[in-house]
Amino acid sequence: MIQREMKEVSLTIDGKKIKAKEGEKILWVALENGIYIPNLCAIYEKMQPSASCRLCFVEVEGEDEPVTACTEPVRECMAVNTRGKIALRLARTSAELLLASHPVNCGHCLKNRSCELQKIAKHLGIKLKTKRFRKLERNLPIDESSPLFIYDPNKCVLCGKCVWVCQEKLGIGAIGFTRRGFKRMVSTFQDKPIGETTCGQCVECVKVCPVGSLVFKNDKRVE
Amino acid sequence: MKFDEIKKQAQSRWREIWNDQVPVILVGTATCGRAAGALEVLQAIKDTVKKQNLNCLVYEVGCMGHCYAEPLVILRKPGYPSICYGHVNPVLAENLINSFILNGDPCLEFVLGALEENDLIPSFSDFPRSKYEQRILLKNCGQINPEEIEHYIANGGYENLSKALQMKPEEIVSEIKRSKLRGLGGAGFPAGDKWDVCRRSEGEPKYLICNGDEGDPGAFMDRAILESDPHSVLEGMIIAGYAIGARHGYIYVRAEYPLAVQRVRNAIHQAEEYKLLGENILGSDFSFDIKLFQGSGAFVCGEETALIASIEGKPGIPRHRPPYPALQGLFGKPTLINNVKTLAYVPHIIKNGAEWRLQIGIGKNKGTAVFALAGKVVNTGLVEVPMGTTLRQIIFQVGGGITKGRRFKAVQIGGPSGGCLPESVLDIPIDFDSLQESGAMMGSGGMVVLDEDDCMVEVARYFLDFTQKESCGKCTLCRLGTKQMLDILEDITKGRGKMEDIETLQELAEDIKQGSLCGLGRTAPNPVLTTLRYFREEYEVHIKEGRCPALRCQPLIAYYIIPEKCARGCDACVGTCTIEAISTDKKRRIKVIDQEKCVKCNTCLAACPPQYDAVIKLSPPDRVPKSEGK
Ligand SMILES: Cc1cc2nc3c(=O)[nH]c(=O)nc-3n(C[C@H](O)[C@H](O)[C@H](O)COP(=O)(O)O)c2cc1C
Ligand code: SF4
Ligand code: SF4
Ligand code: FES
Repeated sequence: MIQREMKEVSLTIDGKKIKAKEGEKILWVALENGIYIPNLCAIYEKMQPSASCRLCFVEVEGEDEPVTACTEPVRECMAVNTRGKIALRLARTSAELLLASHPVNCGHCLKNRSCELQKIAKHLGIKLKTKRFRKLERNLPIDESSPLFIYDPNKCVLCGKCVWVCQEKLGIGAIGFTRRGFKRMVSTFQDKPIGETTCGQCVECVKVCPVGSLVFKNDKRVE
Repeated sequence: MKFDEIKKQAQSRWREIWNDQVPVILVGTATCGRAAGALEVLQAIKDTVKKQNLNCLVYEVGCMGHCYAEPLVILRKPGYPSICYGHVNPVLAENLINSFILNGDPCLEFVLGALEENDLIPSFSDFPRSKYEQRILLKNCGQINPEEIEHYIANGGYENLSKALQMKPEEIVSEIKRSKLRGLGGAGFPAGDKWDVCRRSEGEPKYLICNGDEGDPGAFMDRAILESDPHSVLEGMIIAGYAIGARHGYIYVRAEYPLAVQRVRNAIHQAEEYKLLGENILGSDFSFDIKLFQGSGAFVCGEETALIASIEGKPGIPRHRPPYPALQGLFGKPTLINNVKTLAYVPHIIKNGAEWRLQIGIGKNKGTAVFALAGKVVNTGLVEVPMGTTLRQIIFQVGGGITKGRRFKAVQIGGPSGGCLPESVLDIPIDFDSLQESGAMMGSGGMVVLDEDDCMVEVARYFLDFTQKESCGKCTLCRLGTKQMLDILEDITKGRGKMEDIETLQELAEDIKQGSLCGLGRTAPNPVLTTLRYFREEYEVHIKEGRCPALRCQPLIAYYIIPEKCARGCDACVGTCTIEAISTDKKRRIKVIDQEKCVKCNTCLAACPPQYDAVIKLSPPDRVPKSEGK
């Protein structure tokens, strides 16, 4: 599949001594070793990380600024701190910004308790209903045109996982990113209802969505 | 053809024009001139010349830098110095030809300045600004016809390419390194280092991109150079291409710059005809071509990775770096990307050597910088000054101070990525490092001067509104963070702000600056951070007192007619108010504004004759006496 260099390096993450393949990104090494770093947009198979969710900040000894763990390769003798003050501050701001434009109505969401956003909020010690920022709802129509799944763009965190499986992995290209800035969203060609597109109902996108934006109609939990 | 022959041919073409036998008329028709009516002036001149059956040459040239006095015309009559006239209109143009060219009266009252020193007419070198200006990149601008390659060659153009091709590529790179040339596209990255990495990196073919996106509102330096001296950019590109071993070049110009697009296209075509571009340039082994790419105009497309994506036919959205373009750029190949001005500097360095450039400027910042001076300053236009000149010198000496005798308040440098600096830091030298320290940024080189009538919260809101709309939306902090900041700023300018908002604003600004994916997000908070740093009390007054000290924020002001000043016999304002909010008090015959109806359009204030000056703005609005606010 993907060629990663085979040379091994030793490093520490939060003081824990770890061996890893040289060039592997910090995020994957940490996760493999049971150390959680918040992340939404990282896809292991994707060669060029999109680095767009801005949640995976960690501090590396010797660097003056936090780095994104999904893009930074491990090096020999590297000392990584996932609980650094500045890194956590940046991650919290990103997470709070996402929550502030997310309809937080977990009790009625099919993703309740398996949602990545909930997990991230808990990890970072922030409330789901943030006080610091104002609520910025997008009020976009929910797409129920597929026989198998529902797409609620309001809950989307723009992680790009569904787009990646649909476009890059499966080569279907039924969905993609459209618009710019605050209006950026996942949609179909000419914003057609998903049921009227080239979508083959493979539901791979539903399986990768980390939040309640893409969910099965028959209430089958994504596992 | 050998370069010597090309040059000889060009020089003889040039001498046909500049031979002191026939008068020559030059009209500045860059975009700045056109906006002021230069094309109409050009037409009037052509008509007059025809009507009078004059033996005289008429040429279009580019931007002369004195944009405040457009349209500009230079008349050159044998026996006289070349004279530049400002604010020329078609009638004046005809008169100038009749009086000066035909009758030898230089019409001193319309003269802006003479190009050469002489006993007859004050020359530009007598202007206070000439003490500070040093025109290197702008040397040819407004002097040669940008549509004629011969003009460029006769003035020393492409000679440096010919010289560079005799040098080893690594010699050129080390010369650029020694010259301490830093990228003039904003960030000031050492050009030589970037060239070196690109030259050494593996992958074929290599590409070179000239970044002429210039999406910063208010900046027009790159446009002026592309319109006025396009060959200087091409020559720099070809030399750079040779130095790093590139085979293909792209010049990225925004489609909103139609004249620049046309002149660059024409220049590429001419260079190809002279074999200065294409296979085996000037008989050497080096082959290089340049394609023109018209950009979509989004601000973020000026960011190098987004620009590369858009040339590749993908959406113009930035990606994480590394890999840097010098290693993996266009189509995954090593790519050198430099700004228009950075590349235009290259021929000068080859010509004069690195040492020459080290004599100009201060400290780590060598050479000159080009600024587009705009806003409340007398002499708006393009200026080129050595690095290290102070802001005060630029604004007050070169720019001639503040218009209408108002007081200086701040200068906004570097456009939406830059910052607002107050009076107290005007003595810092202009260079990449000092500006960074002050919280602003060289950015693209836009410089907007603000006076006491400008509200700093509103200025911050204006720039943030721009960046927020231009954010590509890829990354969380920029997409959602700038929107939150904008909402807060809007609240403050509307009198709905809370004191906690200032803290949220500050925190968000710092996080977006530190954590965004690309330079747009990383610099977007600068206008807010600098205004919070230098003008914090203005934010507080908006929030605590509901008052806008500059009387700018509409919801925080009211229009009021001072009864003592209002003239009984005058009703100039009454008729101008489109919503009929002004009525006449029957008894006292004075005019009164109905505050409920008033939409704060400023029409009445503008209409009130200056001798009465009775209409004023009050902030907060409740300062209007109650009896009047019926
Ligand atoms: C949002 C954004 C817009 C930019 N716009 C421009 C531009 O219009 N022109 C430019 O030369 N560089 C622009 N840059 C900088 C480029 O990414 C790049 O650094 C530059 O072209 C490199 O050239 P230089 O080293 O000669 O300055 C922009 C950067 C960002 C983040
Ligand atoms: S729909 Fe889900 S998977 Fe797709 S971008 Fe949004 S959050 Fe990510
Ligand atoms: S910082 Fe802004 S413009 Fe840059 S990638 Fe992020 S969203 Fe896009
Ligand atoms: S996981 Fe690193 S930025 Fe999204």
